[in-house]
Parts: sequence; C-alpha cells; structure tokens
Amino acid sequence: MTSTYASANSDKPLVTMRDISIAFGGIKAVDHASVDLYPGEVVGLLGHNGAGKSTLIKILSGAYLRDTGEIHVSGELAQIANPRDAKTYGIETIYQTLALADNLDAAANLFLGRELRTRWGTLDDSAMESEARKVMGRLNPRFEKFKDPVKALSGGQRQSVAIARAILFNARILIMDEPTAALGPEETAQVADLILQLKKDGIGIFLISHDIEDVFELADRVTVMKNGRIVGTAKTADVSKDEVLGMIIAGKCPKGATAGPGAVEI
Amino acid sequence: MSDTSSTNNKTEHRDSALVRFLRATEVDTRMLGMVGALVLIWVGFHYYGQIFNGFGAFLTPRNLWNLSVQTSSIAVMATGMVLVIVTRHIDLSAGSLLGVTAMIMGVVQVWVLPQYLGLEHPMIWVITVIVGILFGAMIGAFHGFLIAYLGIPAFIVTLGGLLIWRGSAWWVARGETIAPVDSTFALIGGGPYGTIGATGSWIVGILGCIGIVALLISGRRQRIRFQFPLRPIWAEWLIGVVGSGLVIGTVLVMNAYPWPKGIIKRYAAANNLEIPEGGIFISHGFAIPVLIAIAVGIFMTFLTTRTRFGRYVFAIGGNPEAAELAGINTKRMTMLIFALMGALVGISAVIASARLNSATNALGQLDELYVIAAAVIGGTSFAGGIGTIYGAMLGALVMQSLQSGMVLVGFDSAVQQIVVGCVLVLAVWLDTLYRKRSV
Ligand SMILES: Nc1ncnc2c1ncn2[C@@H]1O[C@H](COP(=O)(O)OP(=O)(O)O)[C@@H](O)[C@H]1O
Ligand SMILES: [Mg+2]
Repeated sequence: MTSTYASANSDKPLVTMRDISIAFGGIKAVDHASVDLYPGEVVGLLGHNGAGKSTLIKILSGAYLRDTGEIHVSGELAQIANPRDAKTYGIETIYQTLALADNLDAAANLFLGRELRTRWGTLDDSAMESEARKVMGRLNPRFEKFKDPVKALSGGQRQSVAIARAILFNARILIMDEPTAALGPEETAQVADLILQLKKDGIGIFLISHDIEDVFELADRVTVMKNGRIVGTAKTADVSKDEVLGMIIAGKCPKGATAGPGAVEI
Repeated sequence: MSDTSSTNNKTEHRDSALVRFLRATEVDTRMLGMVGALVLIWVGFHYYGQIFNGFGAFLTPRNLWNLSVQTSSIAVMATGMVLVIVTRHIDLSAGSLLGVTAMIMGVVQVWVLPQYLGLEHPMIWVITVIVGILFGAMIGAFHGFLIAYLGIPAFIVTLGGLLIWRGSAWWVARGETIAPVDSTFALIGGGPYGTIGATGSWIVGILGCIGIVALLISGRRQRIRFQFPLRPIWAEWLIGVVGSGLVIGTVLVMNAYPWPKGIIKRYAAANNLEIPEGGIFISHGFAIPVLIAIAVGIFMTFLTTRTRFGRYVFAIGGNPEAAELAGINTKRMTMLIFALMGALVGISAVIASARLNSATNALGQLDELYVIAAAVIGGTSFAGGIGTIYGAMLGALVMQSLQSGMVLVGFDSAVQQIVVGCVLVLAVWLDTLYRKRSV
C-alpha cells in the first residue's frame, strides 16, 4: 500500500480539483467547482439529486472530460482524459450505477480491464477466481456465487462486487458514489468499517451519500453542492447537521464553513 | 454447479435425476437442445424420404459429407457474427463482401498473377488467399471505423455495405464470371481431390480425441490446484467417451463415402494404376473446407474464452458503459471485431469460390441472412453479451441441414424459404422462453 507515502505527505493534498466545469447541452452540470482531498481523509460530498456530485467525481475518474479546470494529484498536474488515465494515478471508483457487466461473473468483473494472465498470455481465470474469493471474503464472507453472472446476484452482493473491485488494486484515491444504497444495515456497517480501515492505510476517500448521518460519522470534512456549484466546505467538527442541511436545501453557508461560488448572498 | 449454500443443498434432494446428471457433467442444456433438434431434422428428413419417395437419402455418408462441405462457408462467417451480435451490432454486408472478395481473388489469380508467375504457379493460391483475407479485413475495419468513430449505426453502415459491395462485385469484372480458378486454390473448396483421405482423416480424428482428453485432464488439474469443486470421475469419463465417440463416428462417416467411379478411373489413368476387378474403394475423408471451418472454430473459441480480447467483447456486450469505465477502448475493440468479421468473410470467400471453381458477382447472395440466423439459432442474443462459437457453428449446421434436407426430399424453393423463415422465428422464441426460465 501507499501508507508511508501518504503519511509523509499528509500536509500536501492528494487531489485538488480547481475550477472544474462541464455542461451537457445547455445544462451546467458542474459549474466552476473546486474540491480537495488529503491522504487518509474522508471528504463527504453532499447535495440534492441532480446537484452534480456524480458528474464532478466522474471527471476525476476519467469518465467525463471537463470543459474547464485543472486536476492535480499529489501536487502535480494530472492528465486525465479517460478511465485508464485515472487508474494510473491510483484513482479507483465505485460508481452509483455500479458499472458491472451483468453477463460476466464476479471475478471477471473484478479484473475487468486488468485481467491476470498465464505465462502464455491467456486469461488465468482460476487465479482471478482465487483472488476474487480472497477479497470478497473480506467484504462479504458468505458470498459463494462465484460461477454465476452478476445479474443473478442480489443488490447487496452486486454492490460488494463493485466495492471489491475498487479496493483490489491498492487505490490511493477512492471514490465511492452512494456505496451503500443497496445494502442492508449489517453490510452498511461492514462498509463503514472498511472505510475506516482504508483511511488508516492513508487512502483518500470521496464519499458521496444521501444519508447525512452516515457522512457525519465517517467524513472528516463535507463539501456541499447545489445546482452544479459548491455551496461550501467545512470540517464536520465545526458544523452541525442542521447547518449542513441548510447548506443542502437553501445554499446558506454557516460560519464554520468556507463558502464556495454556490453560496447564497445574505 | 458449484453452489454450496444451504438453500441449494435443500433443493438438490428434490431435483430429478436428469437435473443432477446435467449438474454433474456441467453440460449446457441449450446445446443438448440443439443437438436434439439436429437429430430430429436428420432422422425426420431421412424417414420422410423413405416413406414418401421410397428412399431415405439423408442419413447416407454421401449426403452427410456434402452437408459438411456446404456448412463450412456459413459456419466460418457465423463465428464472427457471434462477436458482432454479442457487442450489440449487426453485419448485413457479409454476403456482398464475400461476393466482391471472391471477384477480386478471381481477378488476382486468373487475370493478374499468371502474367507474372505463369499459369498454375505454386505461389498463386497463397497470394490469392492472402489478398482475399486482407481485403476482407480491410473492408471490415473500414465498416468498424464508421461505426465506432463516426457513430453511424452498424445496421446502416452494413446495409450500405450490402448494396455497395454487391455493386462492386459486378464492377470488378463488369459482370463477367471468372473461371476456372487455380487448380490448387480449387482444392480448398472440397470436391474429391480436395479431401484428406482415410488415413489423414484418422489422424485428424485421433488428434481430436487426444485434444479432448488433454482438455479434460488439464481442466481437472487446474480445479485441484485452486481447490475448486470437481466434476465426479464418472462424469469426466462420460464426457471423454462420448466426445471421442462422436469424433470417431464422424471419421467413419466421412471415410465411408467413396470417390465416384469416374473420378477413380481418371485418377487411375493419370497415375498409371491398374483398377482391380471389384473396383477400388478410395475414401473422401474430411474435406479441406471442413477442416478449415473446424480450425476457425477452435481458434475463435480460444479467442472468445481464453483471451482478453474475447473477455472484452463480452464485457462490451453486457454493459458498454461499464466496459468503457473499466478502461477498455471500446471504439478500438469495435473496429477490431469488424475487421475480424471481414477476415472471416475473406476465408469464406476462398471456400465458396474454390468450391464453385469460379468467381461470379452473385456469389454469397443472402449469405448474411443465413449467417445471422445461424448465430441466433445458436443462442447469440440480440440483447448483447451472450453467445458461443460452438453454438453458432451448430446453428449453421442446423440451417444447412434444413436446407439440404428440403432439397433432398424435393420441396420447392418457395417452401424452403417459408420453412427456414418459420424455423428462425420459432428458434428465437424458444430461446426467449429458455432464458426466462433459466435466469
Ligand atoms: N451524461 C449526461 N448527459 C446529460 N446530462 C447529464 C449527464 N450526466 C448528468 N447530467 C445532468 O447533470 C446534472 C447533475 O447530475 P448528477 O451529477 O448525476 O447529480 P447527482 O449525482 O448530484 O445526483 C443533472 O441535471 C443531470 O441531469
Ligand atoms: Mg449521483
């Protein structure tokens, strides 16, 4: 893992996204947004549906190409034009839609795009399944359906596969877009444990969730978006849940937070 | 299969013997269904002939041998169509592309190369085949480029291709038929000389059996190494014996079809042989186009199941967006898939024009429909992400069996078309039912 690297540089941001904008047709899905993330830190991204959270992180993960703005990883300007680029910077993503190939089994999905191969260059399915059993055992010990296509799995099992894929390759930066949406309380608690563990390893995590309780429990800071713009960013210790709700609903930035371009003028 | 969860154990006791048998052998039920349909068609036509025409001609070495040759060209293209349809595209241009490729190869080997190399030069067939496959691959890649990078739907690109390449096929030689082709090239089409004889067929058959056993053993070793659930030993034996039995049976049938008397006479005269009194029995054995189709089938199966390329094809078919997010270059993949389809069409063009011993601009007409039908009957789903090479090749055999069977028992071509159309729709409907039940 990269923990030594991360802790040695914990005063330096792992990721900075500066002045990011993207428009789809006439809609400014993300409008001059800036966020940053430090090693071993969890930043919660909050906002209503359609606020632009998923779009912002998809720019970081290489799924969308931004119209304006810069991305720095560990202080250096990063060239992220597609998902492959993002992965070379150690950015791994759990998408809200999970982004699984439903017709393939869990192992094939875990290793999609990064297959293990035998010395003849052919797919090493047995080795991949074996690795898959290990990582899935960590997340969901009762998971047994390794031969079935993932469309035969339950919502929670599919989500575990998507999470397993993100942690399998020693990410430095982890993006989790609504990672617990399909999970029951027990599995949600497991994911919370996992987040704390990854945090200890010095991984930086963007956590998007609709559940403000969850975010307050896990995040070191929260950033709130509204209509594509950043309302503000605050340490969770410096603001109350009510104040954050006010940011989400009305765009009001409280004292404890740094206001962004989306904050309403008072 | 390998489920060990408690719910599954409970149901296992209630499962019928058949279900337990299928689980133990891990045999694909839809393949069993197709083999069943094939047997039904074969036996059906045989006895229909026997009852209504006085003789059953279907289950004879001669007919089965012909069937194998006739199936080759469609089967080769069907393996490529699987990849095209699995990635949610379609190729309507296969038949026309076959036509123009055959014409170009005709011009190359009959009009161009003899000028430089002399007639019947041993390199002529080699150069011609390479030109044909490369030309097919280039056109396929061009289709793929239009589809992937310019965003034109495959249906439109290849519908355009259907017209353009058929027109071009005429244009190449202004509608002239080019014949005869180089005599070595003609062997690729089959025919009495284009076969490998009894001994050669036995060698192929034995290699096939060894291959089956080797696959079973290495599969079992691999499972042991990673401590995965194993098939029971009796199931391994059963698969080995049935598989080898099928291979040996096929060799016996192919070898049971002798050369016709006229050919033997000519052959004997050419080689100064004396024909003994009872005549001599010279077996056809496997025809070269059949061996080509089998080789293509093995290669394509390897490609789809054992390589990254194949894995990506299915990932794109299952969820194009997920494939893209996983870092797969889906545009490049689309172009490669169509290029591969084009190369396979090139191979089929070699087989078809060699078999005809000439190149005509109408060669391959309607082939695209038979190829698509073969893939779909073989279980390739238009929804994407699902399909197998062996399924498509079996599908080609089913289509060709229907076709030849109807010719054999004397159905006229109007009836043939109606039947083939009905079977296609019926097959897809059955497949839909099957899928609903199994997932
Ligand atoms: N691929 C796209 N094409 C067009 N509009 C999009 C696309 N992706 C997102 N949008 C629009 O951008 C806005 C932000 O969406 P999104 O980032 O998904 O919000 P959130 O994740 O915060 O709920 C919405 O108005 C949405 O409709
Ligand atoms: Mg979202």
